[in-house]
Amino acid sequence: MGEDKFILGGKEFQSRFILGSGKYNVELIKAAVENAGAEIITLAVRRANSSGEGNIVDFIPEGVTLLPNTSGARNAEEAVRIARLSRELGCGNFVKVEIMRDSKYLLPDNQETVKATGQLTKEGFVVLPYMYPDLNVARDLADAGAAAVMPLAAPIGSNKGLATREFIQILIDEIDLPIIVDAGIGRPSQACEVMEMGAAAVMANTAIATAGNIPLMASAFRRAIEAGREAYLAGLGRVRESGGEASSPVTGFLRD
Amino acid sequence: MTINGEKKELSGRVSLSELLAQEGFRLERIAVELNGEIVPKAAYADTFISEADKLEVVSFVGGG
Repeated sequence: MGEDKFILGGKEFQSRFILGSGKYNVELIKAAVENAGAEIITLAVRRANSSGEGNIVDFIPEGVTLLPNTSGARNAEEAVRIARLSRELGCGNFVKVEIMRDSKYLLPDNQETVKATGQLTKEGFVVLPYMYPDLNVARDLADAGAAAVMPLAAPIGSNKGLATREFIQILIDEIDLPIIVDAGIGRPSQACEVMEMGAAAVMANTAIATAGNIPLMASAFRRAIEAGREAYLAGLGRVRESGGEASSPVTGFLRD
Repeated sequence: MTINGEKKELSGRVSLSELLAQEGFRLERIAVELNGEIVPKAAYADTFISEADKLEVVSFVGGG
């Protein structure tokens, strides 16, 4: 697996597990990142506390790539504004575009996401758009300059798993960009499954943050993602639609 | 003027860097928008604040 690099925005990564940093105590971030083996961590941009004490960036190990999101944006214009501020925070030019008009299901607004992706690409950002898995929109995102496409598996924070499985597979098959499955993945087995399907990476936050033991779940996800990647690279064995096929020789039986 | 939606009284002519220091912000962890325009860190000392100004000061927080 040494040669299997994940390349995103011109950077090389060994890990295919993008970890979200929301919903947990900052004290646990370091252990989660280390156990996850994560090299990319998402963050949000919000109004600052004047104390500045305990800023999350202080708790993220050195060398980890920060991936700010545009959460809170309700349209392309707001997403562009948040992205520019995130770059001004001085931690690189990666951005996860996340635009929502709906606060019940938190589904992304694909059209506004395409607009923001085009604008931010022109401004030199490495743009990773979070999107509802629609092939036409994924093509528009690719044309707009996206560095990857981040389709949702299920609503954000739901831990419901691969509700959009068939449509994610279409993106994997048809889009010539890394497909990073984001949102809704609740279990390591689901992360493993999308990696077997050929996803380039998995992003998870709530599945880890709401687990009984956060560092242990981070580790479980790491192994599942690695296993799924290896299985994809190995090529899954074929499925026989009906009947069985002996694995042992069908000759030389001890019978008359 | 307002900082992050809260009204503040200015005490005389004050630069952005003085104001941010008075308010206790950690400069290496913030980005600033003045009336909708980003102010680069290098310009804090030469940017002066007036009563009508709206300042947004942001930082990273945990998020997915």
